[in-house]
Formats: sequence, structure tokens, C-alpha cells
Amino acid sequence: MLKTTAGAAVLALGLAFSAGAMAQETLKIGVILPYSGPFADAANQLQAGIDLYLAEHGNEVAGRTIEIIKRDTGGPAPDVARRLAQELVVRDNVDILAGFALTPEALGAAEIATEAQKLMVVMNAATSIVTEQSPYIVRTGVTIPQLNYSFGGWAYEQGIREVYTLVADYGPGIDAEASFAKGFTEAGGTIVGADRTPVANPDFSAFVQRVADASPEAVYIFVPGGAQPAAIGKALADRGIAPPDFKVLAQGELTHPEAMESMGETARGIITTFHYTLERDDPLNAAYVEGYTSANNGRKPDLFSIGGYDGMHLIFEALKATNGDTSGDALVEAAKGMAWDSPRGPMSIDPETRDVVQTVYIREVQEVDGELQNVILEEIPAVKDPLHGVAK
Amino acid sequence: MTTDVSTTAKIAPRDWLARRSRWSPFEVLFWLATLLPFILFPSYLPLANQIAIAALFALSVDLILGYAGIVTLGHAMFFGLGAYCAGIISVRGWGEPLTGLLAAGVFAGAVGFVASFLITRVQHLALIMVTLGLGFLTYELANAVHWLTGGTDGLRGIRTWPVFGQFRFDMWGYTSYAYALVVLFVCFLFSRLLVNSSFGLALRGIRENVRRMPAIGADHKAHLRLIYAISAAMAGLAGGLLAQTTNTVALDSLSFERSADVVVMLILGGTGRLYGAILGTLIFLVARDQLAGINPQYWYFGIGLLLMAVVLFMPKGILGFLARIVDRAK
Amino acid sequence: MISQITIVLFDGFAFGMLLFLLSVGLSVTLGMMNFINLAHGAFGMFGGYVAVTAMRQLGLPFLAALPLAFIAMALASVVIERSLFRRLYKAGELNQVLFTIGLVFVAAAVATFTFGTVQQVIILPDWLRGSVELWGIRFGIYRAFIILVALLVTALLVFGLERTRLGAQIRAAVDNQRMAQGLGLDVERVFAVTFALGSGLAGLGGALAVEIVGLSPSFGFQMLVYVLIVVSVGGLGSITGSFVGAALLGIGDVAGKYFWPEIGSFLIYLLLVSILLVRPLGLFGKR
Repeated sequence: MLKTTAGAAVLALGLAFSAGAMAQETLKIGVILPYSGPFADAANQLQAGIDLYLAEHGNEVAGRTIEIIKRDTGGPAPDVARRLAQELVVRDNVDILAGFALTPEALGAAEIATEAQKLMVVMNAATSIVTEQSPYIVRTGVTIPQLNYSFGGWAYEQGIREVYTLVADYGPGIDAEASFAKGFTEAGGTIVGADRTPVANPDFSAFVQRVADASPEAVYIFVPGGAQPAAIGKALADRGIAPPDFKVLAQGELTHPEAMESMGETARGIITTFHYTLERDDPLNAAYVEGYTSANNGRKPDLFSIGGYDGMHLIFEALKATNGDTSGDALVEAAKGMAWDSPRGPMSIDPETRDVVQTVYIREVQEVDGELQNVILEEIPAVKDPLHGVAK
Repeated sequence: MTTDVSTTAKIAPRDWLARRSRWSPFEVLFWLATLLPFILFPSYLPLANQIAIAALFALSVDLILGYAGIVTLGHAMFFGLGAYCAGIISVRGWGEPLTGLLAAGVFAGAVGFVASFLITRVQHLALIMVTLGLGFLTYELANAVHWLTGGTDGLRGIRTWPVFGQFRFDMWGYTSYAYALVVLFVCFLFSRLLVNSSFGLALRGIRENVRRMPAIGADHKAHLRLIYAISAAMAGLAGGLLAQTTNTVALDSLSFERSADVVVMLILGGTGRLYGAILGTLIFLVARDQLAGINPQYWYFGIGLLLMAVVLFMPKGILGFLARIVDRAK
Repeated sequence: MISQITIVLFDGFAFGMLLFLLSVGLSVTLGMMNFINLAHGAFGMFGGYVAVTAMRQLGLPFLAALPLAFIAMALASVVIERSLFRRLYKAGELNQVLFTIGLVFVAAAVATFTFGTVQQVIILPDWLRGSVELWGIRFGIYRAFIILVALLVTALLVFGLERTRLGAQIRAAVDNQRMAQGLGLDVERVFAVTFALGSGLAGLGGALAVEIVGLSPSFGFQMLVYVLIVVSVGGLGSITGSFVGAALLGIGDVAGKYFWPEIGSFLIYLLLVSILLVRPLGLFGKR
């Protein structure tokens, strides 16, 4: 009993501080991201998405001025993410926690969001279970099963019967492998082989050679962004495992702008599944890409950018709905069921799971006006994460 | 200064050790100062907690690097094993902190003892690289057995019960820091006894001249194995503390970065002095926190300059530098 | 089956040769002056950025960017050696570790500031792209190119060491520094030249690596581990050692992943630990 009282007393102290902050005009958002270290690029792009939204919409909402407090985790470091969340709550009195590019970091901070009763906007971390870790978590990025389950079914519909899967050997890769295989085999297809590549894999030749030996109809690939997409793309082409004779299926990272530039012609014909397509013909998207590119030295937005951008949109709209009330419960209630048109297309927040519901785009690399682009083949609207409620 | 040396030379070894073990006012002051965060900066308690844990880890490395000359780039292996051990016990339903922590220490120590048979076979660069290799192998193993460890996503569902059934781990970090500080202090006392014992002297002998130790009848390999196992156990305790006070464990607890960072912190403070480990950790982590607060993206520029400046101007580490100033003032 | 073994050997050897170029410089300087330069990977990164910038901003062709990366890094290393490193030769290995790690931190920050966190792209000329088919096996042209460059460099190094005056001086300094000094050899100057040469090779290796492993500000940290593994397995101060060690590791890694993908991520470390436990001085180490 004593422990609960002590805990409540401390918590009350913390809340008293934040109540004091409430009276002021500023509204603080604590953004936790790996700004340094191997995932710095993801953090950088996500932050640019946040900045763009603020630049476009001003930093005032519902009578409060938004202040962003950035905190660096330095890599996948859940204990640091948790400490930073703790400090943001008790020292900086933030009203909302946001960011979270990596799953372990979101999991690390989840407990703090619950305990402090703060809205926590997960802008990228893509494992299904993330939103189940706290009733205060809302996700605006993507989930890996969401992208790949329907992709598996689609692949079968296109007449593909046998696929070899090749994924990075870590959480997201394993999720991608499982959900693609589930969608594909449920439709009637067969997985003829499955290999996993080390996460920090500098050289793909051995794995690609194994795929070539098995000579399946198609290969499904998941690798994290960064240097690996181009490396594996080129290794495939070197072995002659390339379209049009051979189908290469992948999650969208494989054909992100820098990878496409590096792969050049060898990217042609690769089919990917993704929630954001840079070239999607839509006035909202065109304005977004234009604004982003000019604000970032010509760098184009990617999946991290859009997660951050829409995350800010969610925060703004929720604050408008609550009229500036920043209590976690009120904000989560406002976020549930929220639907809007994003540069990525129509999206909403599932009122049951607080997870993102959005259109999944199946794209193929084709030449448009002399340039290689991800051209949308099919849109699968309003896809939910297929795993929520399954694992329990 | 010179008189000091001549008197030391005359006294019997036991008295010399006894003198080394005496507490100086600086030390008492130092440990009293560790209580300051409770009063002065309660909002920095989570950081203080992580510093205490990292300091314990650095202390464990100082035992082998500073006193036995074993340079390691893979000690996060034991830190992570301890963290996973404490975490997995909690996930499986036993969240009592003290027994969980003990288990973490024993487990890491046992693995350390087994590993020590490999470690003592090699020296110099090979030694560093074998520790590095073992560290990476453990990391990959933890990733491979994701049914047990949760893989890259990290271990989920750690719930640490209140200490002694009374003190809940609160969000401000009062309990966490107090808990970590007590463990750090106990381990420090133990290390202090250890290095000021005849065993500690034998270790220094090994560090200074490995070939000579067998000649004077000391089984240096047995000594090295023992200190390595003790150090591994202490690193395991540090890892266990991290798991229990943050309820998180992920692969980063085993990573090469953690192994390298701890060595950097230790050398920064000064090796072979115990306090160097604590001071180096304190300075590194506080500097990092402050620099990252100013600019989350470029803080490591400042850290890099700090490291280079320390080498150029304080070749014996920060503590060695301070000790020299104190000596001069005398 | 034979064709598969051939291609695995080829790919592994090519990857090994990349590691060789990146690490041979460190092996020589570490063996010669006992100077632990953990910034060697960052030197590779510098070379990579030089090559990328030369091609992007100045429009130089790839073949011109490679020697430029070598020269730029060699010159930069002279400055670094004369102004900073020479103060540390007597400072003890721990101080060298701390200092050079600090340098890696600074280098990563400068790279982030100058080039951003984005992955850099090198656009190869058409004749280096794709693959050629020989006896029914498809060989990657760029990999063949890397092997060619590495063999050329090895030939030059071996010839230089065996046949030139500087080579004899370097060998003398590696074997016994004090004796060499006693005989009136200007060891410091020899070292400065060797250091520049080794660093230049790291720069060249970095430029060649961009196409295969990518380039971002964390390159210096990422490649450091591989470089240290090659150096310790090959043995300090031995060019042959680095060559054989790198080839063995590259082939072992690729072949292992091919035949036994389940343990693919363990392989390089298993090789490292088992080789060093049997031969603590590395395959060709002398001391």
C-alpha cells in the first residue's frame, strides 16, 4: 500500500508541475529520435517532415504556441529513449511525446506514456505490437504487416505461384517475411525458399547466388533503407535475376530515391509495396514534395518524412478538437477515428487499435519522361494492420 | 614528494597495503556528493541512474584493464548477458529485484569464467580482437534466439517489483538511483578491498611484467581468470541494474558501441584508479547530455574534441591530472 | 556445382580485396610504429567523400576520382601525422585509442555537417556496370575491377618493398626500429612516408567501397571493425598477411553464407576467434 501512495505522491508532484505549465501559453512536444549514430538519416528525414508541417501551418494551434524539444537516443537504445521520455515529462514538462523511429525505442518509452498519461505519437516504428504497449500510443507511420500481407495476396493474383523470400534477419525483416508469406500462401502460392541476411551485411552476393540457384519465379526482398537496397539490387542484376524475365518483389525501401539513382537501369521493373509514393499524381502530394524539396536542399521526402508530417497533423487536429486541452486521455480520444487527406493519400486512425489505416500502393519502376519512377499499378484502400488481436 | 617515496619504501608490504586502504577525506566527500542529485537536481535522477550503472560497468572494466592489463573491446557481452538474465527472469514471472540482480551477476560471472580460459591464451592485439569477436558472437546469438530475447525489438514485459516490497520504481527515478547507487557503492568497496589486497598486488605485477610473475612463483593465469570472472560478474550486475531500473533490454546492451564507449569513458577518467572509472563516466555522460541538449545532431563533435584534448593535455586521464595538481599543491 | 563454387570464390575474393585495400595501411603502421590508429576507417570515409565530390561537383570521371581520393587522403594524413599523431607515439596505446576515437567522432560530425546524413551515390561509368558471362558463369564487372586494382596495388607494394631503397628502410624499421635508428636511418621520416602511403590506400579503398557498401557519416565506425579483423588475422606489419587474411575472410564469409546461410552472421567472428586462438600473432605476424 505504501508503495502506491509514494508512487501517487510523486506522480502528483509531477502532474502539479505540468499543471503549472498548462497555465502558460507554450505547448511542449518532446521529440525522441536517433539524431546521431547509424539511424541518423531516418531521424533527420523525420524531423524535416515535422519542420515542414510547422513551417506550413505556423506554430500556433488552439491558442497555444508549439515548442519542439528534440532529444537524441544515438541509435537503437530503448533505455536511453525511456530516460529521455522520463526527463521530458518530469523536467521539461512536455505535453506530448513524439518521434520514435525505431521499434525498441517506442517500446522503451511506452511505459512512461502510460504512467504520465501523455499522448505518444509514434511516427515510424513499424512493428505491429507497438500500439498495444500503451493506451496513449497513436501511430501515424506504417506497419510492416499492413504493407506485406495484402502484397502477398496481390502477387498471387498476378499469376505468381512460387516465391523465394530474402529478408534482413531482424524484427522488421522477420515480420515482413511472415506477413508476405501469409498473404501469399493463403491465396494459394508456395514459398520455395527463405533466407535471412545479417542486418549489417556488406555483401549480398552469396545470398543472391542461392536465389539464382533455386531459380524460382519471383523473389521477395526486405532490407532496411540506407546502403543495402542499392547493393542488393545491383547484386540481383549481376546474377541476371532481374525483370523482365524474373520478378523482383520488395517493400518500398528497395526503390527509394537514392537507391534508384545508384541502381540506374537495373532498377527497372522492380515491384514494391509502400504507403508513400513520391511521384503519386495528386495536388496535395505535389505541394508537399515541392515544399519539402525546397526546404531541404533538393532532398526528397521519404517514409520517415511523411510519418513525421502526418504525426504533426494529428497533433494539431487533436489539439483543435480538445480546444487546447493536453491531457493524454482527451487527445487520444480526439485522435481515435480521425481521418484526413495526407500527401500519401486518404488515411485514418483506427478507433479500436489507435493504429494507422491507409492505402497500400503497389508500384513498379518504369520510365516516365526519361526518368525512372515508382509508377503505381494498384491501390488497395483502407488497409488495417492484419496482426492486431491475432497474437493474443 | 621525495620523502613520501622513501618512507613507502621502508615500510612492510602489509602496512603499505593498509595505508592504501585508508580512506582519504576526498573519498568521503566524493561519496557524499553522489547524494546531491536527490536534493539539488531531482529532475536529473534518471540520468544519475544511468551514470551510476555505466560507472559500475566502467569499474568492472577498470579491474581487468587498469589492474591486470587486459584491454577489452567486448565487455558489453557480460553487461548484456546480465541485462538479459535479469530481464528474462522478470518476464517469466519473478520480478523481485535483488534475487534477479544476483542471478544476473552470477550468470555473467560464470560465462566470464568460461571465457577467461580463452582470454588468457592470448595477448596484445589478439586479446583485444578475441574479446571483440566473442562480443559480436554473443550479440548475433541473442539476435538469433529471438524467441527468448525478443530479437531487435527487445525484450517485452519486464516488470520489476518494488525493492524489499516497499520502494516502487517511480517515474522521477528516486528508487532507481538509490538502488543503483547502493549497488555501485557496494561493488566499489569490494573492488577497493580487492585491489588493495595481495591479490591486487599480484595483478599489478602481471600488468607490469607478465613473464616475471611465474618466475616469482605466482600462477598468473589463475589470477587472470579469477579477476576476469569477477569483472564479468560486476558487468553483469550493471546490466541487470539497467534492465531492472528501465524495464527494457534490447540488443544494444550487447553492442560493440557499448563495449567501446565504456573503454573510452574509463581511459578518459584514468585507468587503474577505480575513481577514474566513475569520474570518466560522469564527465562523458554529462557532457554528452548537455551537448546533445544544445544540438542533438552534432554533439559528438564536442565529445570528440574533449577526448582529443584530454589526451594532449592530460595523458594520465582526468583523474591523473587532478592527482598531479593535488600533489603539487602539497 | 563447379560453376557455383567458382562464383562464390570470385565474389568472396573480390570482397576480400576491398577489405585488403582498406586495411593494409593500418597493418603496416601498426606493425612499424605500434601506433593504434582507430581513425583508419574514417580515412577510408574521407577518400569516399573525396571521390563522390570530385565526380559530382567537378564532373571528374570515376577513373580520375580514384587516384584523387588516394592523393587527397595521403596529403591530409601528412598534415594529421605532423600536427597531431607524432605527439602520441610515446603516449601509450590507451591514449592513442582515446585520441583516434575522438578523431573518428569529429570526422563523423564534420561529414554530417558537410554532406548530410544521406547515403552517397557513385554513378559508375557504363563499362564498369553489369556482368559478363564466361563459361556459363556471370561475373560482376565491378568486382573484377576491384580485384584488378587490388592485385596491382599488391604488386606495386611488394615490388616497392623488395626492390626500392624506401622499401628496405621500411622493412628495417618494421623489423627493429631501434636498430634501424642506430644505423642512422631517419625512422621518423620513413614512418611519415609509410603513414601517408597507408592512409592513401585507405582513401582509395574507401572510394572503391562506396559502390558496394555505401557511404554515410557512420562509415568510419562501420568499417573499423572489419579493418581491425583483417589486420589481426593477417598479422601486423605484413603485406602478404593482410592480403591472405583479407582474401581468406572474404572467401570464408561469402562461401559460408552461401553454403550455410543460417550462421551467416556469425561466420566472420568465428573465423576471427578461432584463427587468433590458434595463431595469436595472426597468419603472418612476426611479433
